[in-house]
Amino acid sequence: MPQRQPPRRQSISVGRGARKRDEDSGTDVGEGADEWAQSKATVRPPDQLELTDAELKEEFTRILTANNPHAPQNIVRYSFKEGTYKLIGVVNQLAVHFSQVGNLIPKDSDEGRRQHYRDELAAGSQESAKVVISETEILEEEEEPKETEAETELGSQTDVPAAEAAAKATEEELMTPKQPKERKLTNQFNFSERASQTLNNPLRDRECQMEPPPRTNFSATANQWEIYDAYVEELKKQEKTKEKEKAKTPVAKKMGKMTMRKMTSMESQSDDITKVTQAAKIVERMVNQNTYDDVAQDFKYYEDAADEYRDVEGTLLPLWKFQNDKAKRLAVTALCWNPKYNDLFAVGHGSYDFMKQSRGMLLLYSLKNPSFPEYIFSSESGIMCLDMHVDHPYLVVVGHYDGNVAIYNLKKPQSQPSFRSSAKSGKHTDPVWQSELVHTDVIKLKAEGNTTDGLNGLQLHTVGCGTAFDFHKEIDYMFLVGTEEGKIYKCSKSYSSKFLDTYDAHNMAVDAVSWNPYHAKVFMSCSSDWTVKIWDHTIKTPMFIYDLNSAVGDVAWAPYSSTVFAAVTTDGKTHVFDLSINKYEAICSQPVVAKKKNKITHVQFNPIHPIIIVGDDRGHVICLKLSPNLRKMPKEKKGQEVQKGPAVEIAKLDKLLNLVREVKTKT
Amino acid sequence: MLGLGLPQRPPLVEETLKRIQSHKGVIGTMVVNAEGIPIRTTLDNSTTVQYAGLLHQLTMKARSTVRDIDPQNDLTFLRIRSKKHEIMVAPDKEYLLIVIQNPCE
Repeated sequence: MPQRQPPRRQSISVGRGARKRDEDSGTDVGEGADEWAQSKATVRPPDQLELTDAELKEEFTRILTANNPHAPQNIVRYSFKEGTYKLIGVVNQLAVHFSQVGNLIPKDSDEGRRQHYRDELAAGSQESAKVVISETEILEEEEEPKETEAETELGSQTDVPAAEAAAKATEEELMTPKQPKERKLTNQFNFSERASQTLNNPLRDRECQMEPPPRTNFSATANQWEIYDAYVEELKKQEKTKEKEKAKTPVAKKMGKMTMRKMTSMESQSDDITKVTQAAKIVERMVNQNTYDDVAQDFKYYEDAADEYRDVEGTLLPLWKFQNDKAKRLAVTALCWNPKYNDLFAVGHGSYDFMKQSRGMLLLYSLKNPSFPEYIFSSESGIMCLDMHVDHPYLVVVGHYDGNVAIYNLKKPQSQPSFRSSAKSGKHTDPVWQSELVHTDVIKLKAEGNTTDGLNGLQLHTVGCGTAFDFHKEIDYMFLVGTEEGKIYKCSKSYSSKFLDTYDAHNMAVDAVSWNPYHAKVFMSCSSDWTVKIWDHTIKTPMFIYDLNSAVGDVAWAPYSSTVFAAVTTDGKTHVFDLSINKYEAICSQPVVAKKKNKITHVQFNPIHPIIIVGDDRGHVICLKLSPNLRKMPKEKKGQEVQKGPAVEIAKLDKLLNLVREVKTKT
Repeated sequence: MLGLGLPQRPPLVEETLKRIQSHKGVIGTMVVNAEGIPIRTTLDNSTTVQYAGLLHQLTMKARSTVRDIDPQNDLTFLRIRSKKHEIMVAPDKEYLLIVIQNPCE
């Protein structure tokens, strides 16, 4: 410090000068130092001002101010208002010595609080809350003694962190034991990845291909009826298995197998066409129906309107004509309606010419198919008579000219009869047969009457030969036999040797006898002596006699009325009588055959429909419809109920008979 | 009537078909199997094929209708009457018999 004295002197002496001197003195100090080192004597520089002593003693005051020495003192600004430059009075004297931009934020600010909140979530809420409170207190304490300089947040902040850090350290010590593990945040400075590669086995494809399963397209519909069909089939199968189980015997089994094999082989061999049989049948009928459409319509619906105008007479409307080439030359010897199927009838063909005898045929026709018979059977000998079983309508019994009786079973496909007998041996037939008509050979069986049921053939001693017979409808054992001589015998099955009664009926052979379907006592007979006679079996003389001018071939009662009957003659005429309307004359006499040469041989009424079939000796069968007049029911008086039924019919006939009896007794 | 159940022997079917063909007014007959393929016919090929295809479908439809209404019922035959002629179809289990007839002759 003593070293400085000399420079002071120098400076004071120089002080009179302006600031230049200060500056120089500043610089001079350095030089002064150098000079001191050299000597203590004052050395006058050559360019120093020469001052008087008075001037040297002049005092100059020096002031220490806070003004910024670098701040300009005469700032001028242009004033647009006045249009001149103006001097600014106050000049900012702020001098910034140091500034630094930091990244610290106050805890009280929003961002600070947010960061704390996040920390609180990780840590515990209470502790952080305490931290916040203590920190705010510290902040407040620190801020008070500070100088408030503008923009000194940063400055205060720099002072605070020191205290905060200390506080924080203590707080951290408090917090750590209660905090759960903090998530370690990976960052690009603090992150290490560890990876390892394992050995990957190479992949290999293994394939195996098979043949695809065979495919077929299957399509079906599932309708209600297909389901129904399936059920029905199942049911049938079950029933079959049941039957097989029931009829189990080893022999039967074998037989069954054999037949099954035969069946299957047959089916495979036979032509497919056979399966169309049913359809073909139906179609044939349809075709026929079309062709004979008008006839079918007539059959069903036509009622002769003209009958209203005719008093009592009726007509026969020809419908169908049945004929077959094979039976062309053969006469119709027998007609029979099937009891069950009303459209089916049987025609027996043979010959009435006793000198010329040839083969016979049995044809069954249906009204639905007039062009061709349903069944054809041929036999060696002519058929003379036939009948159908009532209960088993598929059985047809046929009597042949040579005395054989044959039974045909329509269910079986055989063309041969299933049963044959010769009348000589007197073989029996089914007891249920009602009226089995067997026309025996005149020549051969002279002695015998007719075969009947029972184990033993009934032999009747007849004077002549039987040509016709009929069983009583109700009284089982009683039957009538007509002979070639013209006599009629009433016989009983129980009395084989004797007749119950004899009637001298006709002069020539009796062609037909028939009991009345309703009246138990009345029967009718016809003969080649041109007459038809109606009898009461208790009275020896006939009730009614009709002369028809020609040999009567056949006579038949109508099934719907006890007083109506039809008779056919060899001159081709058909006569229909109704006793309740006209006792003496026919209500219809009509030629029905085309040629007059044709002789009508048989007539039959249909049990249901109002038609009759007439057979002639040329092998033709004609179907005729009865007009309404012929089917008249007796008119009841108004107010009374129309009574129907067998009782009425019987009563009707009784009335007539009584009339006749009265007449007879009178005469 | 057919309930008597008498099965005809094979030759009789042929005879029946011949009879039908020779019947008055019949133009043609044909037998078609279950798939609609004609087996037997008396008409020319193109006509037959046409008839067979169309009528087969129609018959199936008709049968389906009948059976849907009542499964116990079944179609017996089908008649189509037109101005010129009448077509009659009789279906069977496996076959179809078609007859074309002119009924007015």
